[in-house]
Amino acid sequence: MNFEPEHEIHKRRFSRNLGVGLALGAFVMLTFFLTVEKVTRGDPMHAIRGEGAVVQPDSAP
Amino acid sequence: MTETQTTFDELAEPGFGDFVQLLKPRVMSLVVFTALVGLVVAPVHLYPVAGFSAVLFIALGAGASGALNMWWDADIDAVMRRTANRPVPSGRIQPGEALGLGLALSGISVVMLWLATNAVAAGLLAFTIFFYAVVYSMWLKRSTPQNIVIGGAAGAFPPMIGWAAATGSVALPAVLMFALIFMWTPPHFWALALFMKDDYSKAGVPMLTVTHGRRVTRAYILIYTVLLMPVALAVGFTPIGGPVYLGVAVLLNLWFLIGAVRIIRRDEVQAEADKYAVEKAFFRFSLLYLFLHFGALLVEAGLHGMGQGAW
Repeated sequence: MNFEPEHEIHKRRFSRNLGVGLALGAFVMLTFFLTVEKVTRGDPMHAIRGEGAVVQPDSAP
Repeated sequence: MTETQTTFDELAEPGFGDFVQLLKPRVMSLVVFTALVGLVVAPVHLYPVAGFSAVLFIALGAGASGALNMWWDADIDAVMRRTANRPVPSGRIQPGEALGLGLALSGISVVMLWLATNAVAAGLLAFTIFFYAVVYSMWLKRSTPQNIVIGGAAGAFPPMIGWAAATGSVALPAVLMFALIFMWTPPHFWALALFMKDDYSKAGVPMLTVTHGRRVTRAYILIYTVLLMPVALAVGFTPIGGPVYLGVAVLLNLWFLIGAVRIIRRDEVQAEADKYAVEKAFFRFSLLYLFLHFGALLVEAGLHGMGQGAW
């Protein structure tokens, strides 16, 4: 099998695609963990134990 | 495949690194550090992910304003030796791409900072981006020799935004951290302008060296260094300061003052003779000056956490 050597243009496009992909992936992960932290008010184990969101005293009925 | 077929316009094919360059990563590193200090020394502490997000989006907002600056200033950058190889003037990135990236990142960073922390911090970040891109880049930079003085406010906001992200408000220590960077910026950039001799005049940027001459610029460096001293020392007497900070600040300010006095006692003949060694040393030390002041505040925060260091 004969592969053409990778051209500079492909390297640059790949670096762009990889960079954008990693940035978007990191953004999704950050948004997820930020949401978990906000919902559990800094206590993710609370959610992992299945105890649901922490209700703030002033928002309780 | 023939040579003709493989030919492409290399300049029109930017890599990811070119877009990173557009965000001025070196400026971002200073923003990250000072915003982090503002966040850490605040009396209220954020949860870790929210704190990390705050610093990240403050830095991203700074990067966005850098991209907008490079879009607007491409004509000036192309003329100056120091900036000619930036992505837009060198042709690696089209001006429209820089504008698009700058606007998109501005929106993302402000909205995400709001969601991660609060509206005060997000509002300050939005104002900072506006100030740097519009007030400084589009207006002041090309119209007044005071461009660096007033424009320095844009670089001074990050610690205040960090503080606001943690507390939801602005207090005296945050204002003094802002004032420290604000007053530090003119001597820092005027020292650079002294040894970047022809860049600004060629580009038609009315830097003080171009409009008022080098003698006056040397005098202004000393004046602003003297004005900077009380601000730097005043931080030490606020709740975020302490003996460690104050000791570091006294030493740094004395050394900075000696540097400014050495600069004013020289003329261009002496400076040419040693290739602006004193001016370059002053410029390098100014970076260390700012880093150590904020580093000392971090040390104080650590000591305060252990119940020591505070007045």
